[in-house]
Formats: sequence, structure tokens, C-alpha cells
Amino acid sequence: MLQRSRFLSVSASLLALALAAGPALAAEPIRVGVTISTTGPAASLGIPQKNSIALLPKSIAGHDVDYIVLDDSADSSKAVANARKLIDQDKVDVLIGSSTTPASLAMIGVAAEKQVPMISLAASAAIIAPIDAQRHWVFKTPQNDSLMADAIATHMQVHGVKTVAFIGFNDAYGDGWQTEFTRAAAAHGITITDTERFARADSSVTGQVLKMMAGKPQTVLIAGAGTPAALPQKTLRERGFTGVIYQTHGIANNDFLRVGGKDVEGTILPAGPMLVAARLPDSNPIKKVALDYVTRYEAAYGAGSVATFGAHAFDAMLLVQAAIPAALAKGEPGTAAFRSGLRDGIEGLHGVVLNHGISTMSPTDHNGFDERARVMVTIKNGSWVLLP
Amino acid sequence: MALAFFLASWRLGGSTSAAPLIQSQTAYDESPILMDLSILLILIQDGLVNGAVYALLALSLVVVFAVTRVILIPQGEFVSFAALTYAALDQGQVPGSLYLLAGLGAAAFLRAGWHTRGRALAWLAVETLLLPTLIAGVTIVIAPRKPGVAVEALLAVAVTVPMAPYLYRIAFRPMAEASVLVLLVASVGAHLALSGLGLLIFGPEGTRGPAFSDASLAVGDLVVSGQALWILGLTESVMAGLYGFFGHTLLGAALRATAVNRLGARLVGIPTARAGLIAFTLAGLIGAASGVLIAPLTTIYYDSGFLIGLKGFVAAIVGGLVSTPLAVLAALGVGIVESFASFWASSFKEVIVFTVIIPVLLWRSLKHAVVEDAE
Repeated sequence: MLQRSRFLSVSASLLALALAAGPALAAEPIRVGVTISTTGPAASLGIPQKNSIALLPKSIAGHDVDYIVLDDSADSSKAVANARKLIDQDKVDVLIGSSTTPASLAMIGVAAEKQVPMISLAASAAIIAPIDAQRHWVFKTPQNDSLMADAIATHMQVHGVKTVAFIGFNDAYGDGWQTEFTRAAAAHGITITDTERFARADSSVTGQVLKMMAGKPQTVLIAGAGTPAALPQKTLRERGFTGVIYQTHGIANNDFLRVGGKDVEGTILPAGPMLVAARLPDSNPIKKVALDYVTRYEAAYGAGSVATFGAHAFDAMLLVQAAIPAALAKGEPGTAAFRSGLRDGIEGLHGVVLNHGISTMSPTDHNGFDERARVMVTIKNGSWVLLP
Repeated sequence: MALAFFLASWRLGGSTSAAPLIQSQTAYDESPILMDLSILLILIQDGLVNGAVYALLALSLVVVFAVTRVILIPQGEFVSFAALTYAALDQGQVPGSLYLLAGLGAAAFLRAGWHTRGRALAWLAVETLLLPTLIAGVTIVIAPRKPGVAVEALLAVAVTVPMAPYLYRIAFRPMAEASVLVLLVASVGAHLALSGLGLLIFGPEGTRGPAFSDASLAVGDLVVSGQALWILGLTESVMAGLYGFFGHTLLGAALRATAVNRLGARLVGIPTARAGLIAFTLAGLIGAASGVLIAPLTTIYYDSGFLIGLKGFVAAIVGGLVSTPLAVLAALGVGIVESFASFWASSFKEVIVFTVIIPVLLWRSLKHAVVEDAE
């Protein structure tokens, strides 16, 4: 796969060179190294991300862009090996990845050691905070889980929720959410009656659900990603739980609707604005960017195929693209000056409109999103509906 | 109340965040989380149903190991493939597993046809080329008409089962005399290859199949779903069927003879290679049936079968990979342990389930170290 995509990009750039015949020959290509999880447990994140990479511009500011995409199957040690290979052998100017929090955390050391800017596509705020000597080099495009946890807690408070039971993935995603939601709930005067865990591959969560229901919470928050997050919700409904169920932005793809069926009607979740791009008001600058991405993605991969996860990869490259002019002023691609210029350039970005929000980076914030990067969404008649 | 205190304090020790503080408070003030009778019954029921599926897989692992000495790690793939095929058929789609079936059939034909001549070659072609074509043809014609769950379930099983003997022809038969370790490595390889193909064919997202029956049976507080009864019923009939097959038929006796002593069996005229084919077909059948049965209970992914199979494997190990009654009991035990672990300490569920195997392994290695070599 790697061989073929490189072959394609190489032959495409050769063709471009032949056609442009002249100025382009002189320009050093910008190399983008991507390691994402296109197989393994996070494949539902990695596959749309890989598809999105194929939609990215092949030439920026007169320089060809080479994308080298590797698969790490959500394995931390493989992600680290990929990062080293991309930097040492392929001499990439920027690293994009990985799809999951544990793999991204593991890559931070490599990016810092080799002084290559890295943009993670994973959720946890721990990837970029607190910004220390290592995280100096690390950025991320998905919304921080803290931003989303605050959104949920605020919504609960406004709607009179006093008690909630929490069930989360038995991994870094669940850990991050447990920490963030515990903080947000306390700040909004909400009591957590019970904290449970489940695994992506579980075939039954009856035990956890019975225990949660014994605590008689008004609502339940499920912190899982993708279709596995439907299982607790289905079991809750089977056991007769009638309260509102909250989910996280990890479920925002159409497969969740397909698997969840009527049991997930009325679910409330925070999500990136691109999930409901068509329903955003025209005044929202994100609408144009997101609709453009959705149209191009669905034109290439079929109607209804778009997922919010893929847009994170696209957003990463939008950041790089916006920072490239500043970096080119510092040095040619392939040099240390270009890489550090790129890092400084990304950190200096202000008000860049992405699919998932509007990013204003700073030396203390390497995500750059504010409240405009999330909307509250509910599921109605099998589709995502924007809540006011 | 004492139990609630125990739970609250135990969980306080298990986590460093502030959550358990709030939790323990609630457990006192409002609604103590006690295990009452209805919860107990539901947990046992849930454990038994999951345990029954593990038991089915443990049974097929034992059968395959006894006859061929292969630890069938790809067993889980048959579960996933059948479940996903069933779900695809229910949506009126032509399942992608047909390509896999045809591909495996063709590969088996090439692999085995190499040293086969005459009539045997013709039979091989019927088994590996004609059969998949027929199944594929029937599926393609029937699938878009949504024939109802019974036909869909049977079709899903029919599509999946032949993959098992094809796999045997491709991967295991050529090295049937190799050591258990070599066969295990081949088995891991087959698992990785099939699971990769599964991702390619079915995609990364999961699916659920429709339930066989929406009926449910109320026994006091306990509501038993029709699907649960189907699972328990099938497990029992498979056990009875295997008992009858191995105990009372000539073919079963031949398989047992192969299990006891391959060379001896061959000397008395039992075709041991065919015994392997039959064992794999049985494993495919049991795996595919379990897949179709659990498809309505949970979301199945291309790789879900592996973990389910692993729990069956734990049970099979407890039975020493030879004893079927022990394996079945152990599988039910694993299911119940899992169910209670998910109630009491959901963060440690898998740890608890797989820790169960350690004392068993210790006990077995102390007791049986010498005997197993002799077998």
C-alpha cells in the first residue's frame, strides 16, 4: 500500500513536473509523513483519515507536496517506529498522526528529539497540555475532551440534570473523559452516581448497566468511540432505562446510526460543526469550508461515507498549508530551518477556519479551538439534528 | 448496606480521581447499590448465555485439537464472518464473504489439486469450485429478496462453513505431521490473514443482525429473551449431537481413533486426512452457528470473534483440550465470572476473566506434565 501510494504520488509529481517544465523543477518538495491507524481497533478512525489525505492539495506555494502514509494499527510501538522511519528515511518536514491518544502520546518524544512539528489527530488534551519542552513541537486538530465535557455538563445543568452515571471505554479515551467529565460535573453541580468501564470488544455490558441503573441516575453519559458505544445504550433501553442518554463526539459517524437504530433516538452529544455542516447558518464561516470538504469526500467515496474523523486529518493539513508561507521565509523544505519555521508558523496562526472550528494557536494553546468548535446535536429520525 | 460500603471503599482504592468520593456519598445517601435477587438472576442469565457461546467454541477447539493437534485460533473468524454475512443478508445486500469463499475454494483447489489425479481431482473440483459457485449463485439470487431470518441464517452458515475445510486444505493438511508448535504458528498466521481479509471485506465498522424471535419468557422478575433460549438450546443440541456422533457412529469412532493415535489409525485403514477435514467442517459449523446466534445480541466487528474465541480457548484449556464436559462447564464458569466481574469491577473485567486460567495452568502443569508428553 505504501509502495503504491508513494509510486502514485511520485509518478503524479513527475507528471506535474513534466507538464510544468521549468520553475517547478527547482522547488524542493515538501514531505508530509502520516502515521494513522488504518487497520486494527481504530480502523474506523484511520480509514476516513487516509481517504482524506488523498483529497489534500498536491502542490502548495509552488512546492510539490509528497504524502507518505503508514499504518500503525493503533499500536504505540509501531507508531513510534513509523515516526522514526518517516523522519530518518523519508526526511519528512512535518508528522501527522496518530489516530488514537496512546499512539500519539508515544510519538511526542520522537517529534521533540528530531525537532519535527507533529500534528496529532487524537482527542485527549494530554497530548498538548501542559506545553513543555517536548510538547513544544506538538499540535492537535480534534477538539480537546475538556471542551466537549464542559459542553455536556453545561447542557445537563441547563436542563435540570442533577445525577448522572458514567460508562466509558476501558482505555485512554475513557480515562480522559472520566477525568474531564468529573471536573466539569463538579463545576456544574452534577453528581456522578456511578462510574463504569467497558471494552470495545465486549459482547455484553449487562453487569455495568444493572449497576448504573441501581443508582437511579437521571441521565447516563457514555464515553465511547464509534459503533461500540451503541452497546451500553441498547442494553440500557432493553433494561427499561427511560432517561436521556448523552454520548461523546467519538460516535459521530453514520455507522453509529445504522447500528444503533431506534435505540439511539434522542441521544444528545457535542460534535464538531462539520457533522451538521449543511444545517449551520450561512453566517458561520465554518459552513463553507466544511461543506466543501463533505462534497469532495462524498464525490470520491460515495454519498453518506463522510465521517468527522477524516476531517481532523484534512484540518491538520489546512494548518500546515496556512503556515507554509512563513516557513518558506525561514528556509527551503528539507532543512531544519524550514521545520522550525513551520512549527513557529503553526503556533502563530490566528483565526484559521477549519472543518471543526476556528483555530487561534498560541504558545500556551496548541489546539486553538474555542466554543465555535462544538455544537450540541441530537439524533432524530435516524439523522443528526442541530440543537439550538 | 455493608456490601455498599465494601463496594464504595473498594472502588475508592481502585481509582485516583475524585469521582469515587462523590460516588460513595451517593451510595450511602440515596440509593445503596446492593445486589438484590433480580440483579443476581439477570447476571447469572447473562453469564450463562455468553458462557454457552464460549462453550460452543470450546467444544469445536477441543474437537479440532483432538483430531488434528491444531489449536484453531481462526475459529473466531468464522464467528465474525457468519455474523457479518447474516447481517448483510438481512439488509438485502450480497455479502462480501462470497468473494472470500470463492477465493479460499480456488486456493484450496490449487493447493490440493497439485498432487491429485483422475476421479479424486474431479471430486476436489466439485468440493472446492462447484460448491462455492452454487452457494454464491443461490445467495446472489435470494439476497435482494430478503427471505426472512431463518433462510438468511441458514445461508450465512452455508457461506461460512466451507471456509473451514478449505482453510484446512490450504494451511494445515500439507503439514499435518508437523509438531504442535509449528501447527500453532500456522494457526496464528491463518488468523492474521483471515482477520486482515475480514477488514478488507466487511470494513472497520460493526453490524448487528436481527433477532430470531422477539418473544420473551417471564419467570418471576426475570425476563428471558427468545434469543437466549435459542443459544442455550443450540448449545445443548450441539453437545448431544457431538456425544452421539463420537460415541455411536463409525465415523465418530474413526475420528476418536485418529485423536488417540494417528499412526495406529492409519494402519487400521482410517484416512486421517479426511478426519481432519471433518473436524474442521464441524468447527466451521459450530463457529458459524454461534456467529449467527450472537449477531442479534451485540455489535459484531470483523475482529470480534477473536476475543470470543479466546474465552472459549480459556475454557478448552481448563478441560485440558481433551475433555468436552469439563470444557463446557468451564465455559459456563467463564461466562458467569465475566458477568459478575462486569458488575463489581468493570475496569478489571478482562483481567479477572483471564486470570482465572493461571491457577488452572499451574495445577495442570504440576499434575500432568509427564502424561501429556506421552499422549
